[in-house]
Amino acid sequence: MGILVENISKKYQNTTAIQDISFEVNKGELFGLIGPDGAGKTTIFRIVTTLLIPNSGKVTVAGLDVVQQYKQIRNIVGYMPGKFSLYQDLTVEENLQFFATIFGTTISENYHLIKDIYTQIEPYKARRAGALSGGMKQKLALCCALIHKPKVLFLDEPTTGVDPVSRKEFWEMLKRLKQFGITILVSTPYMDEASLCDRIALIQKGKILKIDTPQRLIQNFSKIIWNIKSSNKYLLLEDLKAFEHKHSVFAFGDSMHFIAKTDLVSKKEIENYLKTKNHSDIEVNKIEPTIEDIFMDLS
Amino acid sequence: MKIILFIIQKEFKQIFRNKAMLPLLFVMPFMQLLILSNAASFEIKNIKIGFVNHDNSQTSYKLISKFQSVSIFSLSENFSTIKDAEASMEQGKVDVIVEIPNHLEKKLLNDNQTSLSVIINAIDGAAAGIENVYVTQVIKDFNQSIKSELVMTSFDSENKPYFNVIAIPSFWYNNTLNYKTYMVPGILVLLVTMLTLFLSGMNIVREKEIGTLEQINVTPIKKHQFIVGKLFPFWVIGLLVLTIGLLIAKIVFSIPILGNVFIIYGFAALYLMVILGIGLFISNFTETQQQSMFISWFFMVVFILMSGLFTPIESMPVWAQRITYINPIRYFVEFTRMVMLKGSDFYEVRIHFMIILAYAILVNFLAIWSYKKVN
Repeated sequence: MGILVENISKKYQNTTAIQDISFEVNKGELFGLIGPDGAGKTTIFRIVTTLLIPNSGKVTVAGLDVVQQYKQIRNIVGYMPGKFSLYQDLTVEENLQFFATIFGTTISENYHLIKDIYTQIEPYKARRAGALSGGMKQKLALCCALIHKPKVLFLDEPTTGVDPVSRKEFWEMLKRLKQFGITILVSTPYMDEASLCDRIALIQKGKILKIDTPQRLIQNFSKIIWNIKSSNKYLLLEDLKAFEHKHSVFAFGDSMHFIAKTDLVSKKEIENYLKTKNHSDIEVNKIEPTIEDIFMDLS
Repeated sequence: MKIILFIIQKEFKQIFRNKAMLPLLFVMPFMQLLILSNAASFEIKNIKIGFVNHDNSQTSYKLISKFQSVSIFSLSENFSTIKDAEASMEQGKVDVIVEIPNHLEKKLLNDNQTSLSVIINAIDGAAAGIENVYVTQVIKDFNQSIKSELVMTSFDSENKPYFNVIAIPSFWYNNTLNYKTYMVPGILVLLVTMLTLFLSGMNIVREKEIGTLEQINVTPIKKHQFIVGKLFPFWVIGLLVLTIGLLIAKIVFSIPILGNVFIIYGFAALYLMVILGIGLFISNFTETQQQSMFISWFFMVVFILMSGLFTPIESMPVWAQRITYINPIRYFVEFTRMVMLKGSDFYEVRIHFMIILAYAILVNFLAIWSYKKVN
């Protein structure tokens, strides 16, 4: 039993944060909530971690109801909030000790779970948490969330504000945690991290757009994506928006990703169109879609 | 229990790692007691007095010299007209003007009574009141002596014996009316209250502010474990500050502690629960340390001014006196003065104990009830 979310909605005064959200996370699965800031990811986390009561819908975590059985849930889940929330004025070791004790366990009892991660920050164990670098803080927070051997782990944007190398390391650690059978729900605004999850839910404006494995999402995406470059980036975007065959276009790094209304539009046609608009150094290539392309297409 | 002890331990670690904390605990009591009790004095000295003497008789000079012989009137000046004197008051050069009318002596001899005018600068109402008392005292004194002189010199046929009643006040519990004896116990209360209210109020909000509370809430920690663990250190700190304050009062100011010290500690222990409860209550309704601080200040200012510490409760209007009944500081101030200066025993302060106990139960009930782990 992992996590089961059925038709939950939450309103804050007049704004609807999430609407009719449903998804299921299997035991031992690494499930990602992918969406931009303000999509409602944190609201979902606060509901599944028993901190917030939904206006409607039902959520069970490891078979326990989040409203009725929240006390039991708090014993078996680990939560890492989006904001770094350990005691900055306690040392690395003291923080870990604190979380072990309040869960009624000891560091040594579950050391095997955190060993891989903790050895990286162990040289700084006498240092105050506030003096750690961003990546180190995340590792410590993960250790603290794991120290009581949770059945389910909730990670709300764990890699936001962390450098690319630390981000990569962090995801590798998550993969290793799966071997212990821990169910992990993780959220991220970074589309490139989506492919590292077993399954993902794309969410925007409080609604789920699609749920599937990243691979299948890409496979099932039938539209052709054109990667287009030219010397004048700004005009290129404007001109492609005005193109009669346009379905969607958005900037992706230093090029444009263009989807035509039909797949019948050829490379030649696009090039000719851009030439009439006086573009030079035109490059048009077919590319494999990424999660970001799918997200942009859906939203 | 183990978890509570662990939270307490963690809390103490954090408190003593806070650089501002140690000076706050040890320097602040010392400074406040030292500065406030020496500076905040109601005694008025160096009153500048001016005279306008229209009479120029022997009696009028006697009156003036009577004033000059009193040491609190530091400077006296003579003006020829009332206009000059008033101008001088406007410039702040004199505080009191005594105007002696024409024919003062004559009227006294003929009619046995006369009047003179006294003008007092009342920008500072409290000071003016005290100055008025001093001036009236001198004039009354003068009255007595002039009366007996008149009686002696007038050779009244009936020649009644002249009786004069003088009241000699005796100030109980503070023989010399030493201002510090009266203030120090009160300031001590203020100190203990301020420190514990501010620190406890800010402490829980701080966990909210830095986000740790959210993390703590998703743990099996129970409400009572967390609250007791967070507040107990401040209860200890409150008693520690009280101890430091009592030592300073005894050693530096030689304030008598006539009553039993254990009664003081017993009361303080209960009283601190009230203050900590208020602190917790405030932190439940605030999101940042700043908000908590402002709200605590608001309560503090009202509590202090309505506590009878600086202004006697008896001199407040009736509605204000009623408000003081819900002011916990009022009871502690009254209590410390009773026990320290008067040596009251438990039986005499039992009402104070009962009120504070009821208060502690009520406040903590409200605070715990309003503390929520879930939204």
